[in-house]
Amino acid sequence: MTVTAIGSAVRRKEDHRFITGKGQYTDDINRPGQTHAYFLRSPHAHATLKKVDIARAKTMPGVVAIYTGDDVAADKVGGLICGWMIHSKDGTPMRAGPHPILAQGKVRYVGDHVAVVVAETLAQAKDAAEAIDVDYGVLPANVDTAGAQAKGAPEVHSEAPNNTVYDWHIGDKAATEAAFKAAKHVTKLDIVNNRLVPNAMEPRAAVGEYDAGNDALTLYTTSQNPHVARLIMSAFLGIAPEHKLRVIAPDVGGGFGSKIFVYAEETVCVWAARKCGRPVKWTADRTEEFLCVAHGRDHVTRAELATDAEGKITGLRVKTIANMGAYLSTFASSVPTYLYATLLSGQYAIPNIYAEVDAVYTNTSPVDAYRGAGRPEATFVVERLVEAAAREIGMDPAAFRKRNFVSKFPHQTPVIMNYDAGDYKASLVKAMDMADVKGFGKRKREAAKQGKLRGLGYSTYIEACGIAPSQAVGSLGAGVGLWESAEVRVNPVGTVEVLTGSHSHGQGHETTFAQLVSSRLGISIDNVSIVHGDTDKVQFGMGTYGSRSGAVGMSAISKALDKIEAKAKKVAAHVLEAAEADIDFKDGQFTVKGTDKSVDFGTVALNAYIAHKFNPQELEPGLKEGSFYDPTNFTFPAGCHICEIEVDQETGVASIVKWTAVDDFGNVINPMIVEGQVHGGIAQGVGQALLESAIYNKDGQLVTASFMDYAMPRAHDLPSFDVGMTVTPCPSNPLGIKGCGEAGAIASPPAVINALTDALGTENVPMPATPQVLWQVIQRQSKMAKAAE
Amino acid sequence: MPTVTLTVNGRQVSADVDARTLLVQFLRENLRLTGTHVGCDTSQCGACVVHVDGKAVKSCTTFAVQCEGADVVTIEGLAKDGKLHPMQEAFREHHGLQCGFCTPGMIMSAVDIVNRKGAVDEATIREELEGNICRCTGYHNIVRAVEAGALAMTGKAPARQAAE
Repeated sequence: MTVTAIGSAVRRKEDHRFITGKGQYTDDINRPGQTHAYFLRSPHAHATLKKVDIARAKTMPGVVAIYTGDDVAADKVGGLICGWMIHSKDGTPMRAGPHPILAQGKVRYVGDHVAVVVAETLAQAKDAAEAIDVDYGVLPANVDTAGAQAKGAPEVHSEAPNNTVYDWHIGDKAATEAAFKAAKHVTKLDIVNNRLVPNAMEPRAAVGEYDAGNDALTLYTTSQNPHVARLIMSAFLGIAPEHKLRVIAPDVGGGFGSKIFVYAEETVCVWAARKCGRPVKWTADRTEEFLCVAHGRDHVTRAELATDAEGKITGLRVKTIANMGAYLSTFASSVPTYLYATLLSGQYAIPNIYAEVDAVYTNTSPVDAYRGAGRPEATFVVERLVEAAAREIGMDPAAFRKRNFVSKFPHQTPVIMNYDAGDYKASLVKAMDMADVKGFGKRKREAAKQGKLRGLGYSTYIEACGIAPSQAVGSLGAGVGLWESAEVRVNPVGTVEVLTGSHSHGQGHETTFAQLVSSRLGISIDNVSIVHGDTDKVQFGMGTYGSRSGAVGMSAISKALDKIEAKAKKVAAHVLEAAEADIDFKDGQFTVKGTDKSVDFGTVALNAYIAHKFNPQELEPGLKEGSFYDPTNFTFPAGCHICEIEVDQETGVASIVKWTAVDDFGNVINPMIVEGQVHGGIAQGVGQALLESAIYNKDGQLVTASFMDYAMPRAHDLPSFDVGMTVTPCPSNPLGIKGCGEAGAIASPPAVINALTDALGTENVPMPATPQVLWQVIQRQSKMAKAAE
Repeated sequence: MPTVTLTVNGRQVSADVDARTLLVQFLRENLRLTGTHVGCDTSQCGACVVHVDGKAVKSCTTFAVQCEGADVVTIEGLAKDGKLHPMQEAFREHHGLQCGFCTPGMIMSAVDIVNRKGAVDEATIREELEGNICRCTGYHNIVRAVEAGALAMTGKAPARQAAE
């Protein structure tokens, strides 16, 4: 029996089905009698619905049913919710407009759901949708983040005057102002954090099915957290009570946050399945995905950093406007507040921080968590400020960082977070070594001979993962607890099933979770199955996001394994006819201290079930234990990424010459999988910095609504990555894990822009820094240089 | 409705199809070969790549009726006699996949690259993967996998191959 240790780069158990085409994604599922749904979507960003006439469409071939907002209202289906309450400065609760699953009276963004056609085939559903007669009263659209609150800007929801959902703040305003007054130097930056589309390669999809015999519903859907979806659909939308609604998230083709949220389409599918009595299937095409998936980022920020004569940071001040889109998505309100401003201290000891955030409605797709969720925006602010400040006061950016690093732990920041462990200098020094920073000057001079501008950019980032202690987030407005559950079932033959509330959509849980069980119980990972993504199998769980599956999900498994081990020792004591206190368990063998008597795990499992060797009055038969693990603190992954970039002066094309990443994720279960997460995160961050941008025109049309218009990173846009690690174990969970899923996307955008600003000699380089943008910057710089001559 | 007859993974199949039926729909819906995926509908992402008469084709922009008489191989037909194709093996060995959604198209394209160009180096692979998008891996391990798969298929060390 081969044990797979923690720390082993074992190959993934789940891969066989994916490389042979045997994965089961939602769109691969077909149910008997299935119909196809097609959504009629608003072509206007903002309009009243004066008339929605379905009479002619209903007579079209193959049409089973057509539903509109009136049917939703008649059935008293509740609206989609935002599960995190934020209060404004004056203590008033955020101002949220209704979010019906089919539009009622008004549409608020291009793609908003006007009606659903259910038909025998998708082609018939599309044809019938064209025959629906809608009379739109077109209204002016409000699409500009910075201008959304302007006087006279079109109002998206009457509940939110000036389109302001909340005006929130954090930190000590007076103390921060005093720090700026006393500062030797103040660095100011205006920052736009560009709007992104998550674009998991699998478009969202859903199949709803009604079992009339049992009055029960099943929803197959592309979800990162099926239990949360069931809870919201039951408690707030009234689709069915929880025990009558099964939500299954099978293989899911990437999420990056976008599949956390409960969407109109999947809710309509399961609601309509009961209404029309047949399974209803919907799969987004890529343009629907662009139009209606929750987007990410979209901040406009003024940021300032105060420093003293010794180059110590004395204060940081931020004012951000965050675009929420047309409706508040499931966790939208938390992203630019508690996931953003609480990270504004970065890796630095900053005594005074004050941040204000206004969240605004616009006539655009809802905006919510996308890989990193608030932390990339915070890191971009902090790391751009630090880099610019160092340059302005004439200090080496690495030396400036070292001077200001937090070096004693625990460290309480002025913005809630209590950093528990880390060694920021160690990751910076290691990264500088790997990146050969010493040789950069020579490389820059050689590049200049070829007409290339070369730059070096640092990003020493920190993030908060492992969300989160339920009491803490409850006090900050979260509507749910953020623990995780696990159940470990040992079968009589000694094989193990682990039921987890975490959900894998690419992260490799079926392997890493099995590694934990293998190393603890001394059994092969081939004898361990990880069960997830089905509310009928797993009792409850909070799902996967915020890099929480290792730190929280595996901690729950670890706690359940403690209980398994404790009970198995009792069984072993009976089998070995020894006192329980004398039983040791190691490498899958139970032994009696000081003797050569032993029994293996499989035999103990069998004895737990046949129950011949113990009195069932004293010890219950069976070997199955569960645990709910609620973390005691956030975890704080941190590290240093260094980007070396070269810009062609003639064309403005930027090429990343070398990427170095040194991350501290605490203890690592499978380094191969962790490095893969880092690679993917960097690619998304480089995408944000150089390529990607969701652009609405003034009428609210998304002009980047396909892969032909929105620049996804491709293989030739990226280099290979040089990835290293440092380790300070996380003190707050039993495994010492911090989380690795988002770090790359958090660290990388400022590393790229810091490298570009270094190369071009100006702090004014916006994202995405496309060749056109860079060419314009180069022209501007060269004009200024000529004017100065 | 026209009838289309073709060979898929070595088996002859025949069906009456709506003339507008795409090859990917025919594979997924008529034959229930759901390993071939649709990721974008615009021939950009390559999740739908299959081999038609030995060449990589995007099945989301090919009509089924265009494949009359053709020999089609999908990801389900790549392994032979229960033995994985070297490129499949290389993707697993080098962690060239995460969520797995782009993987079938990525592997079919990779096999096609090596069939056309032989042993390929990193720069060639990155150029040749222009038509396949992955959102999970950052391509780093996909490139390692294709290098290894090419070595296993050709027995030759990686080399720069001219762009087409």
